[in-house]
Amino acid sequence: MGSGISTQHHFAFQNAEKAFKAAALIQRWYRRYMARLEMRRHCTWSIFQSIEYAGQQDQVKLHNFFSYLVDHVTPSSHNERDFLTRMLTEQRSPQDSEMENRSDYESIEVPDSYTGPRLSFPLLPDHATALVEAFRRKQRLHARYVLNLLHEARKHLVQLPNINRVSTCYSEEVTVCGDLHGQLDDLIFIFYKNGLPSPERAYVFNGDFVDRGKDSVEILMVLFAFMLVYPKEFHLNRGNHEDHMVNLRYGFTKEVMHKYKIHGKKILKLLQDVFCWLPLATLVDEKVLILHGGVSDRTDLELLAKLDRHKIVSTMRYKTRKEKKKQAEEKGKANQTGSAERPSPWFLPQSRSLPSSPHRPSTHKAPRAGRSSSVPCGVPPDPKELSHRVRHSVDLELERCRQQAGFPAIREREEPSASESEVDSDAEEQPEPTPEEWRQVVDILWSDPMAQEGCRANTVRGGGCYFGPNVTERLLQKYNLQLLIRSHECKPEGYEFCHGRKVLTIFSASNYYEVGSNRGAYVKLGPDLTPHIMQFQANKATHTLTMRQRISRVEESALRALREKLFAHSSDILVEFKKHDKDETGLITLSDWAAAVESVLHLGLPWRMLRPQLVSSLTDNKLAYKSWLENLAKEKLSQQNIQSSLLETLYRNRSNLETIFRIIDSDHSGSISLDEFRHTWKLFSSHMNIDITDDCICDLARSIDFNKDGHIDINEFLEAFRLVEQSCSGGDVSDCPQATDSSNSGCSSPGAH
Amino acid sequence: MADDRDRDGTEVAVAEFHKKIKEAFEVFDHESNSTVDVREVGTIIRSLGCCPSEGELHDLIAEVEEEEPTGYIRFEKFLPVMTEVLLERRYRPIPEDILLRAFEVLDPAKRGFLTKGELIKYMTEEGEPFSQEEMEEMLSAAIDPETNSINYKDYITMMVIDEN
Repeated sequence: MGSGISTQHHFAFQNAEKAFKAAALIQRWYRRYMARLEMRRHCTWSIFQSIEYAGQQDQVKLHNFFSYLVDHVTPSSHNERDFLTRMLTEQRSPQDSEMENRSDYESIEVPDSYTGPRLSFPLLPDHATALVEAFRRKQRLHARYVLNLLHEARKHLVQLPNINRVSTCYSEEVTVCGDLHGQLDDLIFIFYKNGLPSPERAYVFNGDFVDRGKDSVEILMVLFAFMLVYPKEFHLNRGNHEDHMVNLRYGFTKEVMHKYKIHGKKILKLLQDVFCWLPLATLVDEKVLILHGGVSDRTDLELLAKLDRHKIVSTMRYKTRKEKKKQAEEKGKANQTGSAERPSPWFLPQSRSLPSSPHRPSTHKAPRAGRSSSVPCGVPPDPKELSHRVRHSVDLELERCRQQAGFPAIREREEPSASESEVDSDAEEQPEPTPEEWRQVVDILWSDPMAQEGCRANTVRGGGCYFGPNVTERLLQKYNLQLLIRSHECKPEGYEFCHGRKVLTIFSASNYYEVGSNRGAYVKLGPDLTPHIMQFQANKATHTLTMRQRISRVEESALRALREKLFAHSSDILVEFKKHDKDETGLITLSDWAAAVESVLHLGLPWRMLRPQLVSSLTDNKLAYKSWLENLAKEKLSQQNIQSSLLETLYRNRSNLETIFRIIDSDHSGSISLDEFRHTWKLFSSHMNIDITDDCICDLARSIDFNKDGHIDINEFLEAFRLVEQSCSGGDVSDCPQATDSSNSGCSSPGAH
Repeated sequence: MADDRDRDGTEVAVAEFHKKIKEAFEVFDHESNSTVDVREVGTIIRSLGCCPSEGELHDLIAEVEEEEPTGYIRFEKFLPVMTEVLLERRYRPIPEDILLRAFEVLDPAKRGFLTKGELIKYMTEEGEPFSQEEMEEMLSAAIDPETNSINYKDYITMMVIDEN
């Protein structure tokens, strides 16, 4: 019996031990699985961010290109000159001062059949609430009311100082929201969860209301409506996307023209002005500074408070008149001496590769010792002055470009007739900011915090700087502040503290990169000014997905974008591969694969981690690279049978192409002429050293001109080559209009810097 | 001759490991100063192909920590230790069939499934217990809401496909 019991015990013990071990094994395996998911999530994030920031850099390069055109191109024909002039000047012709004129919208009839919201001014709180409700039900506001509202908004904004002040003595709480980027669901959710604006509930929206998302117009309408209803409690700061030049690239212009086919142009013009009147920053209780991007070691709040913010039309690069004139003079001198010098244009990229990852400013290839001077700019010159500039050029490099582009070699050597007095009188009509003023504004709209001390140029974005903890500390001390709240950067949790919790990034566009990519957040300040963060994710679908599924979905989206990027640089990558395959075996090691793609794309991504998702089959642990590249191309081939290399080039430049189109299409009609397209493409491709024959492009353009009327419909062109997603029709219903949240109140912030 | 080849082979392997380790480390090096939060080290090690238990992980961290733990792990200390781990092929991942047998041990009646309650009991009371968060996450993917149980064979198959 004794042995029986002990045997039982023995078995029981053995079984228990087995169970223990089995459980331990399962747990061990599971933890590894989750760790790998976590790693994938981080890699996915890196992909999105690096591609996004590379895109912004592209934008700046594109504008450099146009600046170059303005300075250097000598159009050989009247048409050419007009074309360039038209393309590059702001639409501030005399007729446009009518903008002030009420008859702008009063003349617009609203048909009886219109069932959308109707506004009357002065607006009452109920109207604003009704507007939110109407938009939630997918209604659209009639152009007349849009223009009316924008007029009223502008009238109000003009009276505001550059730096608004809010006090918690009057409102018990202040809620600060970050980037919304056209995502109306998020705004509606915030109002639903946090409450509508009221005298007791102040709101500050910290810029980037528009672009990327599909409801930028509606967001603006709601924000302006509440601003008019609660002028003392509802505040807006300008973001870098409140800028018509940026809007050309990132979707807002397109959205407006799509939703308002007849009056869109008027709306855009008025918006251009309204954006310039948005205040630059908000100060809560003189202690918490709220602005969109960040600060620099030169940030001067007194100067920022004093300058005329309306002068800063766009923060994209343009030279000031003085600089242009000086350059023109220098060129003139060189011309006279008949020098064969070839000054290399200061902005031409040294190589075609992209900038390094935003996460590694310290390893960026072009080290800058301290703060490099940002590029000054000013308001672009008026047409008359521009044509003077444009006629004045001597650059040999330019001549080469022109010859490549097929322009005749004849150059007009007209005397520069731009006289001092002419320039001055122009200057009086359109005042422009000083370089220092412009720089101050660019800094606060574009800068990002970094972990390292110091302040260096933000080469990844192309504007503003990276500022370190010491810069923050100095600024806070100088102005007796305790916290800096900014936005501008998407964060996985919707918010992030850094610089010893002295800087808070708040980002309110959830699912920004893709459904499930990130949460949105907003922050509340009470009289004690302690930040309370609330998080949310405005898409019910994500809550039913497991973490695994969420990550898979987002990851797939990121990988698609990355594969596109790889395809777009196939030729360069092939060259690199061949360098690692001197024996011409057709195979390379994975290590070489990683080195090669990084050297071309410069995205700073963990390629070895990503490899299993990008490279599926291996022979002997090596990659047959030609077929790998061919597979990338297969995914992209469109219905048109065009050469892979042309498609590759189009892909590489597609955002630029789209932006160029929209700039050319200055009347926002949605179509451009074949000639315009050909001209611009020629100049662009020779500037960027793109090797596509002229004939190829002409054939391409002609084949797209489906109705053979000599005009290309922009959207048709882009969609024909799958360069953009099929544009959504206006009445798109989002999957889950009801938002649910996963709030996380309290000021603890797991994993914050 | 053989020795030379071996040495070359090892050198190449070491160089490759170094690159891999650096890449994985940098993903979590948020301040770009060659350090990571100690709480992320487990993720890094596991994503490099290793499958240590919590106890083994704990020991490994002790090896790479500073004399006076700062909460951060420096790359200079991490690299050699991790390289050794990879060279010695320590903490190998668990093959599918072993994993299946582990589940079968917990299911002596050979039903082919575990109830939700049983899974929770084993995972939170036995072995190296899950935290509540870990448990919830596993349940969300593993449990079939209709039967409130986990068919472990299907579960394993699903997870394994995912990995590849």
